Amino acid sequence: MEKELMLGNEAIARGAWEAGIEVAAAYPGTPSTEILEAFARYPGVYAEWSVNEKVALDVAVGAAYSGRRAMAAMKHVGLNVAADSFFYASMTGAEAALIIITADDPAMHSSQNEQDNRRYAKFARVPCLEPSDSQEAKEMMKAAVEISEAFDTPVLFRITTRIAHSAGLVTLGERVTRPQKLSEFPRNVPKYVMLPANARLRHPVIEERIKRLEEFAETFPYNRMEMGDPSLGIVTCGVAYQYAREVFPEASFLKLGMTYPLPKRMVKEFASKVDRLIVIEELDPFLEEEIRLMGIPVEGKSIFPICGEFDPTVVREAAIKAGLLPLEARVEIPKVEVGELPPRPPILCPGCPHRGVFYVMNKLKLAVTGDIGCYTLGALPPLSTIHTCGCMGAGVGQAHGADKSGLGERVVAVIGDSTFFHTGMPALLNVAYNNGKTITVVLDNRSTAMTGHQGHPGTGQTLQGGKSSEVMIEDVARAFGIKNVYTVDSYDIKGVEKALKEALAKDEAVVIVARRECALLPEVRKNYKPLRVDPEKCNGCGLCFRAGCPATLRSEEIDPKTKRPKMKIDPLLCTGCEVCAQICPRRAILFRAQLD
Amino acid sequence: MAPLNFVLVGVGGQGAILASDILTEVGIQAGYDAKKAEVHGMAQRGGSVITHIRWAEKVYSPLIGKGEAHFLLALEKLEALRYIDYLRPGGIAIVNDQAIPPVAVNIGAASYPDDDRIKGALGEVAEKVLFIPALRKAEEIGDPRVVNIVLLGALSSLLDVPDETWQRVIERRVPQKYLELNLRAFREGKKLA
Repeated sequence: MEKELMLGNEAIARGAWEAGIEVAAAYPGTPSTEILEAFARYPGVYAEWSVNEKVALDVAVGAAYSGRRAMAAMKHVGLNVAADSFFYASMTGAEAALIIITADDPAMHSSQNEQDNRRYAKFARVPCLEPSDSQEAKEMMKAAVEISEAFDTPVLFRITTRIAHSAGLVTLGERVTRPQKLSEFPRNVPKYVMLPANARLRHPVIEERIKRLEEFAETFPYNRMEMGDPSLGIVTCGVAYQYAREVFPEASFLKLGMTYPLPKRMVKEFASKVDRLIVIEELDPFLEEEIRLMGIPVEGKSIFPICGEFDPTVVREAAIKAGLLPLEARVEIPKVEVGELPPRPPILCPGCPHRGVFYVMNKLKLAVTGDIGCYTLGALPPLSTIHTCGCMGAGVGQAHGADKSGLGERVVAVIGDSTFFHTGMPALLNVAYNNGKTITVVLDNRSTAMTGHQGHPGTGQTLQGGKSSEVMIEDVARAFGIKNVYTVDSYDIKGVEKALKEALAKDEAVVIVARRECALLPEVRKNYKPLRVDPEKCNGCGLCFRAGCPATLRSEEIDPKTKRPKMKIDPLLCTGCEVCAQICPRRAILFRAQLD
Repeated sequence: MAPLNFVLVGVGGQGAILASDILTEVGIQAGYDAKKAEVHGMAQRGGSVITHIRWAEKVYSPLIGKGEAHFLLALEKLEALRYIDYLRPGGIAIVNDQAIPPVAVNIGAASYPDDDRIKGALGEVAEKVLFIPALRKAEEIGDPRVVNIVLLGALSSLLDVPDETWQRVIERRVPQKYLELNLRAFREGKKLA
């Protein structure tokens, strides 16, 4: 059989395709994004970027009601957005497999929290599968489809960043499609219309379903005992299994591929075979609590951390501390005095269109509610512009709340274009409806940039290469009843400042669309033109550094008067956006037109 | 076959992901099991990045523990220092002699460590420290973006894998129109070490 090196996300897409999934929907979100990108390239499938995770899940439900195997993929917090749909889908089941993929992010590499979505499985009475590497990710997608159809239940397929973005060898297989297909939408009112009277009848059905799944878990092939030295028994799942195998090569393992519901007899049997039972799992003590509820003595979070992600070092050090491993098991970690190192947090790219807007907002000392996207980085110095960031679409509502609180200070909301379509629209409609005075600045960089330039309704580009009409944010705002709608070029510092000042002078809601393509888009890259500094004019005042562009550097040349280093531009990084050139009071930075 | 762990560090946008793809695939072609772990999303925006690549008979963890990397490959020299604790005592550090000052340095809030400090610290842990002018070489070849392949070329001279294997993998991973450029970068990198 052919083998290929695949990221966990690519392996999930492959598994979905081989398992005969025909419809998939998602909203991009790290670490889940590549699942749909990879799936969309397979033949015979429909895949879309939906405007948000809730819509994506409803799309998958609709396809599964229509007898087509379907999936929705999202990052962990996306399931919060889709939670309403997740719960009703558990109540109704479907006519074909319905798989919900949640990509959790221990260590918050690219997220606002570390929620453990296995809780959702128990919450909604839905089975939860967790693969430990790319090969299992592919295989278990097939298992998920089988379980979903055999038990008439959605399946929560849970991965973490290190599964999503680690690659290993995967053996490829053939696609198996569902034999018989519906040609009519089911008209099964008791099953699919969750009126209270019907829902009351469905609730016992799903309680009974989870009991049958518990029985099924006993023989599920991805739940397995790997018996070694019986003095230590380790229950584990997901990527934590890999770290545990590495750190405890001799121990006995109960490796769970289905982490909800648990195979109770198997757990009891395993516990009875070992002297000491521990659980090694990232984030919440989910398995640990389930096992303790069974009356079995077990340790877990008393040894291993609840915060952050594991790696072999974390697991080994915690085990040594708890006396599970001898001190000699310690791997020598170089202790070199390197002193304080300058931090290198993620930063807005050179040429980022958000930079100039934030520079102006910072200069005007505005209070700004933020949102989720590249632009959240505007919170960091030296721009220091964003004062809140909670979740997708939160900023506009927060600004409106501040407005209605009687605070007195005018609060400005900033939101990206993709986020605007995701959950910003209802919040803006709410501002208009309730006669709010919020100033909403939509940073329209014509892309879902943070996750790697996916399309959205404003781009008119769909996931599988189709075209649709480009929705103009200004039109949406006007349709909502907002009278003051401005459009500015994000690179035009004066224009941005003028629009903001006019907005601040108005006593009603304002929308400013600051538009300019993301500097990393291929068509923009073609037009890079690095700027130059005239060292005769630069006196090292350092004002340009306040824009925080990585392409603006201190040179070795010191200005004799100010005694400060003159500025220089890194020609490899500079795109020629001219934001710094507009900021420079001495016009020492040459504009594009001034270059030869 | 003895297991080999590689930690590849740099700044988001320097091509760490392509380099780690190639290195992982070379391991597989050389007959190992191999895994890699990389970072996407926010961290890529000019931030400090680390990817882990492991070759062994059987690889479990995709992540390398601290003190367990046989090779520390750095696309940027401050980042070599930042991740020094991944290096196994007696390991090898290959460092692109390029400084990308973080914004904190540009605004004067922090200072960039000098070469002596970087080389000194690496020398305390590593058996061998190679500072190579990978960026300069890439620019000579005609495109600074191939700096990652120059670094892999340098690494290849220290591994027991035939050049044909590397070339085959590069051919698979790089677009046709940049293939010659990348193969040249690989050969020049090999000479640097």
